[in-house]
Amino acid sequence: MTRDDEFRQTFKIKGRDFSHAGGVSTEIKEILQEIGIPTQLIRRVAIASYEAEMNVVMYAQQGKLILSINPETIQIEVEDKGQGIKDIELAMQEGYSTATEEMREMGFGAGMGLPNIKKNSHVFLITSTPGVGTYLKMIFYLDHEKAS
Amino acid sequence: MTLKKIVRHLSLTMVSGASLLTKEVKTGYASDLLSDVIAHAQPDSLWVTLQTHVNIIAVAKLKDLAGIVIVNGRQPDEETKQKAQAEKIPLFLSKETAFQVSGKLYQLLNEGK
Ligand SMILES: Nc1ncnc2c1ncn2[C@@H]1O[C@H](COP(=O)(O)OP(=O)(O)OP(=O)(O)O)[C@@H](O)[C@H]1O
Ligand SMILES: [Mg+2]
Repeated sequence: MTRDDEFRQTFKIKGRDFSHAGGVSTEIKEILQEIGIPTQLIRRVAIASYEAEMNVVMYAQQGKLILSINPETIQIEVEDKGQGIKDIELAMQEGYSTATEEMREMGFGAGMGLPNIKKNSHVFLITSTPGVGTYLKMIFYLDHEKAS
Repeated sequence: MTLKKIVRHLSLTMVSGASLLTKEVKTGYASDLLSDVIAHAQPDSLWVTLQTHVNIIAVAKLKDLAGIVIVNGRQPDEETKQKAQAEKIPLFLSKETAFQVSGKLYQLLNEGK
């Protein structure tokens, strides 16, 4: 559902495209800076969106990120078509990673992405169907009171 | 402390950022894990790493880092050099290890205080 006072933008993410990886998160950061979101909150959103974007690049064929901003919240949804996650609880553990040797050589595969998305968002939701894809939703409250 | 002073003291080779040498470096961060840098590096840090792939430029940009030093005499990929220039991310090379570069940088930044 779209509200009158809501800004919405969809970004495409290409699987395996390591050269342009991180580009969507940089664009989001620039949008948030332009509309004057507090720096501390931008940092949290940037960490979470980068990790979600990278997971699509690493583990999916393709995906999209939907950014929605209204006066109360920033919401990011990331949906991909890919291998999906069999055991979400395991994937959420810090240090768990199925990254390939090639990805590790590039500095990925610390198993920190999902835990850091959870840490930096105020609300975090993840669902996945193995062989089909993964859906992530993160919400960030602009009002700091609700955040704690 | 400015990048310029650090480049001189640490004898770094410059790949990109000639026009950005007046940039202030507040602190440093040494890591080869991108998720770790994304989670923990402070803005205006000089990042010490042996990673050479183009992804380091996106990380530096997203985190507002002051620049990147690639250690151990490693050479960045051509794509990395080009993107560093296009995105205006100062990129430097050192023949020394991450330990040596970080140690010198730590000392230099603390002397400057
Ligand atoms: N979108 C996704 N599709 C399929 N599997 C995923 C997805 N996101 C995460 N996973 C699985 O969950 C694991 C843990 O993800 P997480 O982001 O925490 O760490 P990582 O990507 O392996 O390493 P890092 O993020 O530190 O570079 C991954 O190794 C992968 O097996
Ligand atoms: Mg990850």
